[in-house]
Amino acid sequence: METQTGKPLVEMRGVFKAFGGVHAVEDVDVTLHAGEVVAVLGHNGAGKSTLMKMLAGAYRRDAGSVHIDGKAAELASPAEAFELGIETIHQTLALADNLDATANLFLGREIAWRVGPFRIMDSARMRDVAAKVISQLNPRFTNLNTPCRDLSGGQRQTIAIARAIHFEAHVLIMDEPTAALGPHETAMVADLIRELKSKGIGIFLISHDIHDVFDLADRVVVMKNGQVVGTANTSDVSQDDVLGMIILGKCPEGAIPGPGARSNPQ
Amino acid sequence: MTTESLDPPAMNVAPRDSGFNVRTLSLVGLLFVIAVTFHLLSGGLFLTARNLYNIVVQTSVVAILACGMTIVIVTRNIDLSVGSVLGCVGMVIALLQIQIFPQEAAWNWPLTVVIGLALGALIGAWHGFWIAYLGVPSFVVTLGGLLIFRGAAFEVAQGKTLAPFDPIYRLFGGGIDGALGVGPSWMLFVVIMVLYGLGEILVHRRQTRLGFHSKARAKVLRFALVLVAAAAFVATMNSYLKPRSDIGRGVPIPALVLLSVVLFMEFVTRFTTFGRYIFAIGGNIDAARLNGIPTRRTVLVAFITMGVLCAIAAVVTTARLNAGTSSTGELLELSAIAAAVIGGASLSGGRGTIAGAVVGALIIQSLESGMVLIGASSSQRMVAIGLVLMAAVFADKYLSGEE
Ligand SMILES: Nc1ncnc2c1ncn2[C@@H]1O[C@H](COP(=O)(O)OP(=O)(O)O)[C@@H](O)[C@H]1O
Ligand SMILES: [Mg+2]
Repeated sequence: METQTGKPLVEMRGVFKAFGGVHAVEDVDVTLHAGEVVAVLGHNGAGKSTLMKMLAGAYRRDAGSVHIDGKAAELASPAEAFELGIETIHQTLALADNLDATANLFLGREIAWRVGPFRIMDSARMRDVAAKVISQLNPRFTNLNTPCRDLSGGQRQTIAIARAIHFEAHVLIMDEPTAALGPHETAMVADLIRELKSKGIGIFLISHDIHDVFDLADRVVVMKNGQVVGTANTSDVSQDDVLGMIILGKCPEGAIPGPGARSNPQ
Repeated sequence: MTTESLDPPAMNVAPRDSGFNVRTLSLVGLLFVIAVTFHLLSGGLFLTARNLYNIVVQTSVVAILACGMTIVIVTRNIDLSVGSVLGCVGMVIALLQIQIFPQEAAWNWPLTVVIGLALGALIGAWHGFWIAYLGVPSFVVTLGGLLIFRGAAFEVAQGKTLAPFDPIYRLFGGGIDGALGVGPSWMLFVVIMVLYGLGEILVHRRQTRLGFHSKARAKVLRFALVLVAAAAFVATMNSYLKPRSDIGRGVPIPALVLLSVVLFMEFVTRFTTFGRYIFAIGGNIDAARLNGIPTRRTVLVAFITMGVLCAIAAVVTTARLNAGTSSTGELLELSAIAAAVIGGASLSGGRGTIAGAVVGALIIQSLESGMVLIGASSSQRMVAIGLVLMAAVFADKYLSGEE
C-alpha cells in the first residue's frame, strides 16, 4: 500500500499511552517518508496530539518502538527530539506570552557562550537571526520585541513556524496549525507546507477537519478513541470515505484497516 | 498577517535597552515623595545623613532577600521560609563561631560564613527538591520550612542568645567601623561608574554593528542620572561621621554586600539562559517544557539561590545585632515578599525585576523609619505597611491594565 520505497523517516510501531485509566493512544502504527505529508485525522480527543507529543519527546510512551531514519529512538525529552531533527508546531503553539518573538523563537535553544556555570546569551545575534527568519515568513512582522501576549494569532503562529524552519526540521509535526487562522493565513500555511515538502521534509499534519488537509496530504491516518481506524493514500479514497472513517470508524475499500476499524462494516 | 505593519523599525529595541523602566522610575518618584513627606512631618529628621545611613543598612537585609524572592516569584512560586532560614543559619554561624571553633583562630569567622552559605544552599535545595521534583506546592513546602527552621533555630542553642561575634565579622553589619571610609568610597564610585560606562558602550557597539537601532541619547541620559544619584549617595554616606570625630563613615559594608548581590542577580536575570528560563517557566510552564527547558532543575536552582541569599542576609543581620538569637528574622519573609511585589513582581509569575525589588525594599524601610521618626508605634506601622502593600499591587494592576 505504501507507495514510497526506502527507509521511512519515522516509523512508530505498537505505540501505547494511557493517562490514568484513559487509553489516549492504543497500539498505533504510523510511518512517514521524506517529502511526504501524512494527515493525522480524527475527532477531538481521538489521541492525535498525544501520539504526536510522544514523537516530539514531550510524553514518554508506555510501550512500542519509534525508529527515526531506521535507528531506534528513545525520545525521552524534547531536546532529544530536536537533536533528531523533529520539530513540532504544537496545537497550543508553546509560546511564553511574557516573552517577545526573539526569546520565543530561541526558547530552550538560545545562542549562548558558556562561561563557567553560566550560559550568557548573545541577545543581539539572536535578534538578528530572528529578524531574518521571521521576515522571510512574514515581511510585515517587525515588532520582534513585543511580548507575545500582544501579538495577533497569525503572528504567534509565525513564531512557532519560524522555530521549525530555523532549526531545520527533517520531520515537522504541525498540530492543528490553521485552527486560529483566517482564510488568507491558512492559504499561506498551505503554500509553506508545499514548499517544505519539496525540500524533502516529512510532515505530519494534524487536523480534526478533513477539508483543511485533504488536498495537501499524500496519505491520511484516521484515529478514533486512541486507535487507528485506517490508513489510505489520498489518491485511493474520496473525502466522503475519509469522513466515514472519522465519524463511523468504517474503513472503506482502498484503505488499510487498523485495530480501530469497526469490525463489522455495513 | 499583521495589523502592526506600520510599526517603524526604530521600535525594534527591547524595552530594557531603550533607556528607562517606567515602573521602576515611578517607584523612585514615590520614594522621593515618602522622603520629603516624612522629612516635613518629623521636623527635619528624615533627610539627615544619620537617618539615611541607617535606612541603607536596614534596607540591605530586606533587599538581599527581595532579590531572591523576585526570582522565586517570577517562576510562579513563593518562599515563606526566608525569615526562619535566616534565623536558623544565623544561629548555626553564632554557635560555631562563639562556642565551637576557637575564638582566636583567624580562620574561625571565614569558615563559619562559608558553612553558613553552604547550609543556606542546602536548605534551598531541600525546598526546591520538594517543590520541583515531588510536586508539592511551594506555599506548603515553605510554610513547612517556616516552622521547621524557626524550630531548628531554637534547637541549635536551646533558645539561648549567643554573643559576641568576631570584630572583623561584625563589619558586615555596618556598625561604627562597618563602612568603607571616605576615600575608598569615592574610589569605588569611580571604578563602578567607569565599568558601567564601558559596559554600556560595548553593548551599544555590538547592537549597532548588527544593524539595530540603539538609543544612544537615552543611554547617555540614563548614565548621567545614575552618576548623579550615585555621587549623591556616596557624598551622603561620607558626611555621616563616626561618633565624637570628624571622620566620615562612607558606604556601609551591608550596602556593598547588597551591591554585589544586585550586580550578580541583574547579570543572571538579564544575560544568562537561567534568567530567560525562570521567566519562561513563570510565563507558561507547559511551553517551557515543550521547548526542552529543564524546568525542574531551573526551579531547584532558583530556590538554592534564595537559600544562599538567606545565608548572606543572616551574616549581615547577626553581625549588626552582634548576637545570635532564635527569633532573628521573624516576619522578614513578609517584608521580602512585599518589597518584591511593590517592585513589580507578579504573583502569577513571569514578571519582576531585581532593581524593582531593591526600590521596593527601600520604600518599605523608608516607611518604617519615617513612621518611627514621627512616633508611630510598631502596631501602627504594621497597619500602614499592610495598606501600602495592597495599594501598590492595586496601582500596579490598574496601570498595567491601562497600558
Ligand atoms: N496530559 C493529559 N492528562 C490526562 N489526559 C490527557 C492528557 N492529554 C490528553 N489526555 C486525554 O487523552 C485523550 C486524547 O487527547 P488528545 O491526544 O489531546 O486528542 P486530540 O489531539 O486528538 O484531540 C483525551 O481523552 C484527553 O482527555
Ligand atoms: Mg489535539
